[in-house]
Amino acid sequence: MSAVIQASELGKQYRRAWALRDCTLTIPEGHVVGLVGPNGAGKTTLLRLAAGMLAPTRGTITVLGERPAAGPAQLAQVGFVAQDTPVYAQLTVADHLRLGSWLNPGWDGELARQRIGQLGLDPKQRAGSLSGGQRAQLALTLALGKRPELLILDEPVASLDPLARREFLQGLMEAVAEHGVNIVLSSHLVADLERVCDYLVVLVGSQVRLAGEVGALLASHHRLSGPRRDPGSLPASQQVITESHTDKQSNLLVRTDEPVLDPSWTVRPVSLEDLVLGYLSRARNDAPARRPRLGVVS
Amino acid sequence: MIEFQLDETSGVATYLQLVQQIHQALRMGMLELGDRLPTAQQVVAQLAINPNTVHKAYRELEREGLVRARPGLGTFVTRLPSGTDPATQARFLAELTGWLRSARGAGLGPDDVEAIYRTAFRSCFAEGVA
Repeated sequence: MSAVIQASELGKQYRRAWALRDCTLTIPEGHVVGLVGPNGAGKTTLLRLAAGMLAPTRGTITVLGERPAAGPAQLAQVGFVAQDTPVYAQLTVADHLRLGSWLNPGWDGELARQRIGQLGLDPKQRAGSLSGGQRAQLALTLALGKRPELLILDEPVASLDPLARREFLQGLMEAVAEHGVNIVLSSHLVADLERVCDYLVVLVGSQVRLAGEVGALLASHHRLSGPRRDPGSLPASQQVITESHTDKQSNLLVRTDEPVLDPSWTVRPVSLEDLVLGYLSRARNDAPARRPRLGVVS
Repeated sequence: MIEFQLDETSGVATYLQLVQQIHQALRMGMLELGDRLPTAQQVVAQLAINPNTVHKAYRELEREGLVRARPGLGTFVTRLPSGTDPATQARFLAELTGWLRSARGAGLGPDDVEAIYRTAFRSCFAEGVA
């Protein structure tokens, strides 16, 4: 299976500051990928590099096997919806579709018109007077009308109310079901990601802290709680992601591909939110190897 | 046609929720032999979930032999779940009731019983959930 996005030691520098540095990442084909990370982690920079809107300062990135924006054919395969789903306020809905057909060689006018009809948008209405949810849907329609192989969305639903958010994601998932388009989207809203994403990438400080298929990630992580003990005494196959201790109790998030057999642990499954929070807080403490020495209570 | 409902707080994987709801619809006669399941696109349009989740659920049902995908046409119910026969169910109900009575007689409260049950349930059924 080939990679949709492949980045190697990718870096982008603005004046003196690095927005992204040493980012190495492979995203396989056929997924809806959720990209999460704190503000300033480099998510937007990474997505703009992938869309060919920025050129890397260092390292390499290929998208669908080619350098982003390598030529018209490559550009036609990649759709991009920027943060806050911008549209042209003075142009009508119909103008936007006309623009789409002029600018995109593979424009699917039928699909675009159908979507506008389903959404109940008036083609004569100016985009500036649409609601936030309608504007987002218009931006999505333009991106889908292009019939891209890869659609990149930067925080597409962050500013939408819950209903508009749900409707936007419904439209997006319909496109995945119908056209098999690859999706990479960044979001802070883990509950939304949980519904739509089957591949997760956690990016903190330019580094990929966690990447993989959601089902496999959930199956290989467990929350353990039990009498206090030194995490250093765990089997080598159990990697501690986060730990917290009281004087009597230890609570751990561990990664392991083997079942946890130790009967002193109460083992609970993790949610996607547990995973994301676990890896974010681990990155913030940034001391995965430095474990506090604990007296072993037994 | 049936409509799925998701419980986001249940902790049960989304695809399993779909599988369980089909099972239930079959048991309750809301789906019958030859009925077509909603297409992935219909489910996705309603729930805003990843289509792969629907495919995974339908593959699981197919593996169980309850439905069959006919390319280009949809996924159809081909067999009804063979419920355990009533006599066997009654036997296990009686055994469990007897066990619960003796647990209560030994001074165990509902919380104790539930903790024991959950532990035993997990150790019996933990495999195959992943």
